[in-house]
Amino acid sequence: MLADKDRIFTNIYGFDSPWLDGARARGDWDGTNKLIELGRDKIIDEMKESGLRGRGGAGFPTGVKWSFMPKEIGTRPHYLVINADEGEPGTCKDREIMRSEPHKLIEGALVASFAMGAHAAYCYVRGEFHHEIDCLQRAVDEAYEAGLIGDDACGTGWKFDFYVHSGAGAYICGEETSLIESLEGKKGQPRLKPPFPAGVGVWGCPTTVNNVESIAVAPTILRRGADWFSGIGRPNNVGTKLFNISGHVNQPCTVEEEMGIPLKELIERHAGGVRGGWDNLLCVIPGGASVPVLPKNICDDVLMDFDSLREQRSGLGTAAVMVMDKSTDVIKAIARLSAFYKHESCGQCTPCREGTGWMARVMQRMVSGDAHIDEIDTLEEVTRQVEGHTICALGDAAAWPIQGLIRHFRPEMEKRILDNIARRSAAE
Amino acid sequence: MNIEQPSSFAFSAENLEKAKWHIAKYPAGRQQSAVMPLLDLAQRQNGGWLPQAAIEVIADMLDMASIRVYEVATFYTMYNLKPVGKNFVQVCTNLPCWLRGSDQIMAACKKVTGCSNGETSADGEFTVLEVECLGACVNAPMMQIGDDYYEDLDSAATEEVLTALKAGQKPKVGSQSGRYTCEPAGGITTLTDRYPDRAAKAGGDD
Repeated sequence: MLADKDRIFTNIYGFDSPWLDGARARGDWDGTNKLIELGRDKIIDEMKESGLRGRGGAGFPTGVKWSFMPKEIGTRPHYLVINADEGEPGTCKDREIMRSEPHKLIEGALVASFAMGAHAAYCYVRGEFHHEIDCLQRAVDEAYEAGLIGDDACGTGWKFDFYVHSGAGAYICGEETSLIESLEGKKGQPRLKPPFPAGVGVWGCPTTVNNVESIAVAPTILRRGADWFSGIGRPNNVGTKLFNISGHVNQPCTVEEEMGIPLKELIERHAGGVRGGWDNLLCVIPGGASVPVLPKNICDDVLMDFDSLREQRSGLGTAAVMVMDKSTDVIKAIARLSAFYKHESCGQCTPCREGTGWMARVMQRMVSGDAHIDEIDTLEEVTRQVEGHTICALGDAAAWPIQGLIRHFRPEMEKRILDNIARRSAAE
Repeated sequence: MNIEQPSSFAFSAENLEKAKWHIAKYPAGRQQSAVMPLLDLAQRQNGGWLPQAAIEVIADMLDMASIRVYEVATFYTMYNLKPVGKNFVQVCTNLPCWLRGSDQIMAACKKVTGCSNGETSADGEFTVLEVECLGACVNAPMMQIGDDYYEDLDSAATEEVLTALKAGQKPKVGSQSGRYTCEPAGGITTLTDRYPDRAAKAGGDD
């Protein structure tokens, strides 16, 4: 278990003041000018060495991403865009950062922006987070007032502005190019890549989009050193991570733990265990709605990190752990997610627009058992036709939960169909 | 669908100031970026829904074709293109909330307000809507009413919140089960050196 001294988010529950006095007492904004004085190259090198992988779901190395920005600022200004459009079902970590630790995010934005030659950062917050937007804006106002950001941020001479932009209820805007479109005042429909945002991003300018958590941990990593961060967890899967544990546990909660903590330990130590005990566990979705479900026998000893979960053909995603006990109708659970993806498809690419609707309708029939056995194979086949054939990953995200269901719970699906046939022939 | 559309719309002086503040966030010539916050302002001023006249006004303010503003207003779910009840009750029914009983929350909403999914009560007090994940999953089940989140619900708590709103009272927002935010209900399992009073009791209710 991670020691308290190694936790970054010491006010994640909001027990203390989220405002500047409280943040300073926790060590935020302490010698930020010295971090800036490290210089762009040193900051990026340190972030690379720390091994931090993006906390928004894809797990791309943050320092490497920063290094993609042009070295010199040309005629087009550079921008940092922070993705706070938190909407992956199961995920509620960035919300806690914004309402309880907003200064970590603002300080991180300053350091990251400086390292990428950006004089402005836009934080795109999902519109439903009205209260969190207010908290973040209040913290931004405090930071301006104290001279921590603005024309001479922290006395370094670097001009830095931080703007809060609110979304309006579209899951797809969590996809980086869709978020950029939305920030430009358009429908949030993803762009083709290339060009990548680091070349052509918001308003046609070099842009890096990072998750809230990735940015908020940066100042602590730079203060305590890459070695400290990379010494936590396992190789290639390092550092601390916010986990959200929801569903059928005795005490759902958010907790900061080390990467690679065993799933069972995470649930039992922090979330009070599975309702009815570990043996009452049916399955877990370990990383937000998009990643495939894992049955209990895998949950018994799987580690919570990118590579361990990928080996089990699932993923860490946003580290949103959704626990289902044996009372759960797992087919109905996955069908609920299929309905979600149908609702959130932006409609741009045909395989996703048509496929999410088709998959959701077939999944509804799988719930009632009103289907033929061979339709399970057809369903699997359709998920393969959607996966990898769309501009963004929403099509993949809609396909994977169904693939996970078929992989691990096919006997239940078949039984549902056979029971339904038996019931109908008995009625005739 | 026949909705009585007001013939005109104008921002109040206060909202016009707010609109300018939003527009100033974006680089010169990029005022279109302010379309979402301006639509939100207009919706708030107009009692929770966006009339077409407001879309036209915002298009003029931002130098956009009105169809582009209309596209935005129809793409994002938070813009209501028809009137909603005074208390706009949005119940999350996505997986984490469903696992912890969002069906019962919808039933409790129906019991107090008379509204099924998508309906508005005859007196205009309530609209009830099932929505997708609102990002408070460790506090499931939950609902959003207006701007406020009501979390850690059960049937009784939901009825209490709605009954209080019906009586014109202001119920407590956030967790309805006594949690502070997203900590484990039985006491914290981390950061215990900082907050020893909030720690889970050793050998507790495992």
